[in-house]
Amino acid sequence: MSTTEDFYAGSSETSDGKVFTVSGQDWDEIAAGLGEDGGDAQERVVVNMGPQHPSTHGVLRLILELEGETVTEARCGIGYLHTGIEKNMEYRSWVQGTTFCTRMDYLSPFFNEMTYVLGVERLLDIEDDIPEKATVMRVLLMELNRISSHLVCIATGGMEIGALTVMTIGFRERELVLDLFELITGLRMNHAFIRPGGVAQDLPPGALDEIRSFIALMKKRLPEYAALCNANPIFKARLVDVGHLDLEGCLALGLTGPVLRSTGYPWDLRKTDPYCGYETYDFDVQTWDTADSYGRFRVRLNEMWESLKIIEQAADRLAKMEGEPVMVADKKIAWPSQLAIGSDGMGNSLDHIRHIMGESMEALIHHFKLVTEGFRVPAGQAYVPIESPRGELGAHVVSDGGTRPFRAHFRDPSFNNLQAMGVMSEGSMIADVIVAIASIDPVMGGVDR
Amino acid sequence: MTDEKKVGPAEAVEQPAVEQSPENVPAPTNEVRTIGERQGMFGVSGTGDTSGYGGLVAPVVYPAAAERPYGGWFDAVADGLDPLIDAVVLHRGEITFHISAGNLLAAVKLLRDDPKLRFELCAGVSGVHYPADTGREMHAVYSFLSMTFNRRIRVEVSVPDAAPTLPSICSVYPAADWHEREAFDMFGLVFEGHPALTRILMPDDWPGHPQRKDYPLGGIPVEYKGGTIPPPDQRRSYS
Repeated sequence: MSTTEDFYAGSSETSDGKVFTVSGQDWDEIAAGLGEDGGDAQERVVVNMGPQHPSTHGVLRLILELEGETVTEARCGIGYLHTGIEKNMEYRSWVQGTTFCTRMDYLSPFFNEMTYVLGVERLLDIEDDIPEKATVMRVLLMELNRISSHLVCIATGGMEIGALTVMTIGFRERELVLDLFELITGLRMNHAFIRPGGVAQDLPPGALDEIRSFIALMKKRLPEYAALCNANPIFKARLVDVGHLDLEGCLALGLTGPVLRSTGYPWDLRKTDPYCGYETYDFDVQTWDTADSYGRFRVRLNEMWESLKIIEQAADRLAKMEGEPVMVADKKIAWPSQLAIGSDGMGNSLDHIRHIMGESMEALIHHFKLVTEGFRVPAGQAYVPIESPRGELGAHVVSDGGTRPFRAHFRDPSFNNLQAMGVMSEGSMIADVIVAIASIDPVMGGVDR
Repeated sequence: MTDEKKVGPAEAVEQPAVEQSPENVPAPTNEVRTIGERQGMFGVSGTGDTSGYGGLVAPVVYPAAAERPYGGWFDAVADGLDPLIDAVVLHRGEITFHISAGNLLAAVKLLRDDPKLRFELCAGVSGVHYPADTGREMHAVYSFLSMTFNRRIRVEVSVPDAAPTLPSICSVYPAADWHEREAFDMFGLVFEGHPALTRILMPDDWPGHPQRKDYPLGGIPVEYKGGTIPPPDQRRSYS
């Protein structure tokens, strides 16, 4: 029974023991309260951390059983950000699906779109018909996205252990990537840019120059993270040997991505099961051999360099592809119109509107059918996993031959990897729980979907 | 990793679904998986349909079971699992093993422990609800990955809606823990032997299983400038 008055969280009766509503600087009250009724302060304490704790990467609830400051048992409560995206996708056309799934893991929108679109394209059997330029643009956007996602991981991870400079410079660089996204797709987040059959729009003029100057700038700024963190004794004291999980643990719990690679196993779907022509790019899989939070930090840092290498190569290829198509040639699948800049801002291309309204009734019918009804996808199921910044991300796409997904399930790496929270943090100090979770890099939008 | 190449869509024995509607299949080679039928064309029926297309009836046909040889490494995996398999479906270069609920636990133990199979990673469980697949409405679809051989397979277990129970594979692949909880939460699939089969995404006291096809999407009509737009699941849809 609580003895504390709190305007926001009312006291509650429970049969499991005393309940304290903790709001900071009140440990004496708890210690005194535990001593009442003949109980002693050695009693086990179960602490709910979150779901609104600043150190839990969004709305993650941690249920920690403590003995002093040592965590004896740790569990996750998730679902606070469940939005029913998978169910909603069943009521929209296949193209509209990208608009929904891009919002799942909001730090890596292009990866969500990509795995869904690859699944749809496999069911449509048009995997080999995607224009080269669209594929290169997809790779370019994904690798830019990998950098922005790793930057947020390192930035928030740094903030949680008090390294505020890492946070400010991390978000500073991420903003540069988001500016590039805005230039190319029109939006900073939630792009819905990768569509079944290609991408929504060609590169705008000047984009390649911006990308090149971004690469040049990043080559100057990435060493700052290494200088701030790599050998920093405080940083290492907080991260080294924290959140340890070896290869067997990773495989048993299905962990992939930087966590798996920090055990020294070079598993990266871009190399082992290449998609989007990744086998034609020159890059290395980054590993570390410590299997701890520090190793995961170093893997992410090194992966940003590798992504820069891929972006450079993709930009070189795009420079030679000016004017090439970015959408599949099959007019039964390709989105009928392109956007153009008009006197009142961005809108439908006037040429296209003139064509369908003034020249060809068939084109109008075709446009109407594709936009309202959409295309049909042959019945079957597909699963095309890709290497997202957090590990294996895959969409299990099921079609019944209709114009809407019969079922779209996303195997989100954050959802799977968060299962390792308990085994990473039990037996450690409560402060290490935060570091361990930050090293998994869960994004609750992806976990809860 | 071995030198064995992954079988792409071109090399695998492809058996596309579109030509497999019953009247197009020349001889009863295999059972064609017809699940339900689709009626009409523009989502209009009755007197509103002036096109006549509303009377169309087309079967919904899924890719049928394949026969040996499956091609590439598919046969090696099928050999390893052989007596436990009900059917094998090849589609778009991906292989699906249909396994009955009773054989599931034995099969996944083989998948993990047999040195010729070595599927180290269970990527997850995805529930699918086929209301028209009478007697086996609820499907649990597993994805397994062998990192040693770089192979990926799908295992599908179907159970009736009336008794949606199947064994939990948590004891073999601990990674399936949350995935099975999600499939229970969303579809009502009961995984027997799961250490704590509770809801995971929906609140603990939530009624029903939201991603079943008979569970409504919900939503309210939206009014805009005098017009009313119904929620997505009540709008006209193209069948």
